[in-house]
Amino acid sequence: MERQLRGFAHKYGKNVDTDVIIPGKYCNLVDPVELGKHALEGLDPEYAARMKPGDIVVADTNFGCGSSREVAPIALKGAGTAAIIAKSFARIFYRNALNIGLPIFESVEAVDGIEAGDELEVDATAGTVRNLSKGTSYKAVAFPPFMQSLIEAGGLKPYVERRLAEKKSG
Amino acid sequence: MGMTLTEKILARHAGLGRVEPGQIINARVDLVLANELSAAVSIGVMRSIAGADRVFDSEKIALVEDHFVPAKDAQSANLAKMMKDFAREQNVKHFFDVGRGGIEHVVLPEQGLIAPGEVIVGGDSHTCTFGALGAFATGMGSTDIAAAFVLGEVWLRVPPTIKIVYRGRLREMVFAKDLMLQTIGILGIDGATYCAIEFHGPTVDELSITGRITMANMAIEAGAKNGIFHADAKTIAYVRERTGREFMVERADVDAVYQRVVEIDVDGLEPQIACPHTPDNVRPVTEVTREDIPLDQVFIGSCTNGYIEDLRVVAAILAGKRIASNLRVIVNPGSQQVWMQAAEEGILTTLAAAGCAVNTPGCGACFGGHMGTLGDGERCLSTTNRNYVGRMGSPKAEVYLGSPATCAASALTGKITDPRIVSAVGA
Repeated sequence: MERQLRGFAHKYGKNVDTDVIIPGKYCNLVDPVELGKHALEGLDPEYAARMKPGDIVVADTNFGCGSSREVAPIALKGAGTAAIIAKSFARIFYRNALNIGLPIFESVEAVDGIEAGDELEVDATAGTVRNLSKGTSYKAVAFPPFMQSLIEAGGLKPYVERRLAEKKSG
Repeated sequence: MGMTLTEKILARHAGLGRVEPGQIINARVDLVLANELSAAVSIGVMRSIAGADRVFDSEKIALVEDHFVPAKDAQSANLAKMMKDFAREQNVKHFFDVGRGGIEHVVLPEQGLIAPGEVIVGGDSHTCTFGALGAFATGMGSTDIAAAFVLGEVWLRVPPTIKIVYRGRLREMVFAKDLMLQTIGILGIDGATYCAIEFHGPTVDELSITGRITMANMAIEAGAKNGIFHADAKTIAYVRERTGREFMVERADVDAVYQRVVEIDVDGLEPQIACPHTPDNVRPVTEVTREDIPLDQVFIGSCTNGYIEDLRVVAAILAGKRIASNLRVIVNPGSQQVWMQAAEEGILTTLAAAGCAVNTPGCGACFGGHMGTLGDGERCLSTTNRNYVGRMGSPKAEVYLGSPATCAASALTGKITDPRIVSAVGA
């Protein structure tokens, strides 16, 4: 995962659900780049064409509610989205995003202080969001320690490999 | 200090004496579920994990072909084939191909694969359905499911529990679906995020297993991690008819600590409708029918309302009548078993004679996949569970959610209709 992220903000409202992030008809696609062409199509059909790799999605509460489809964060990442900053995330999306290595940050103040088009710089390790356009800075809610350790270990896969080894040895 | 039902089940599966909300645990799982869409991603992830050659227990994995089935195109057929090949390679006992299963959440309980006190994780958000039988069940994404495939355990944050107590009797033409829509309207679509919902009270004690399934199924629509009922004599009879497997019925402690308690009096409750474009945009049917809302499609089916009891209600309303000329009605029995039972009872013929298209079981219409997709500007009343923008097809379509009875009544008039009026006048 890149530690220093820099890109422009695309701002949306609350309850951005998985059906608009990647409509059901595309859920038989597996290639992240192909999925990425349809990222957010149900809400903002121009997103994939307009955004530049490295850009950041900023949204209100309950981002990613609805289905468990892992292709939702995969599509956003496949399009080149560098991170999601929201006031809160739906439970399954939150796990999925971390599991596939799409950085997510929770901060009410950051979302309120960012407008569409603002240039942002995010330090993924420190969880800080700097709004370069407005000269403001915000601290995201820290991950629970267990999740932080998963992220630092490189995601769920290394964790599973370690647990498998532990089980085999006994 | 006691534990809630969810905490009790999780503590036992984590090998701990007690657990508390917020605690991170490793829980042993009794069953891991996936469909051809979630499995395709999980299989890829599993292949990339060093040392993960085999599933942890080939009898504790259930794989159900249900989303894009019968395959709508070659790409969908490839995903279905990938899961089938995987099932064969891993010797997965509970693999359900087209024609032998149906919608995963309908199939697993009816096949005796779910029992009280168990922990089930599934690569589908409506896995929470199984809480109807007193199990802890939650939906997860494909990477988490891949981990469960190989480890037979998952890491979980123990959820705080919201207790909902229902009192009063449901009136005629008011069903579990109406009760749950009202509940989601009260909680909001993120009102139970990260939480367990524990359903209580005399109203739900009276519900059939199917009614409880409809309610637990939609716990996710309030953002919940799981929804759960206590197993009672009805549950045990239902499970015993289907499996000889041992299980342990857990109960919440009398001094369990709840995040909050919500009391709902259902006495005056009328049929409920979730209006576009969120499942919590819920209004009583009499308020909705004040405006004329003509429909292009009525859909009856899904893991929420694709059960034999649902089809019986619909058939009783449509028997000997014709659906309105302005709309189409699509019916998907939830499983092969439901389909055959409906055939045996003459329900399929009744529905077809009324002008309904009766399909083979599957999830396609509900999630905008195929077999009932909406076009621009079309409006649908559906027994399904979600009505987000674009859920059933075009982002310019509108989806309303209601009970099978409300859907059947509306099929006769061609617009959203109070089922109590149809039943009163025998329209």
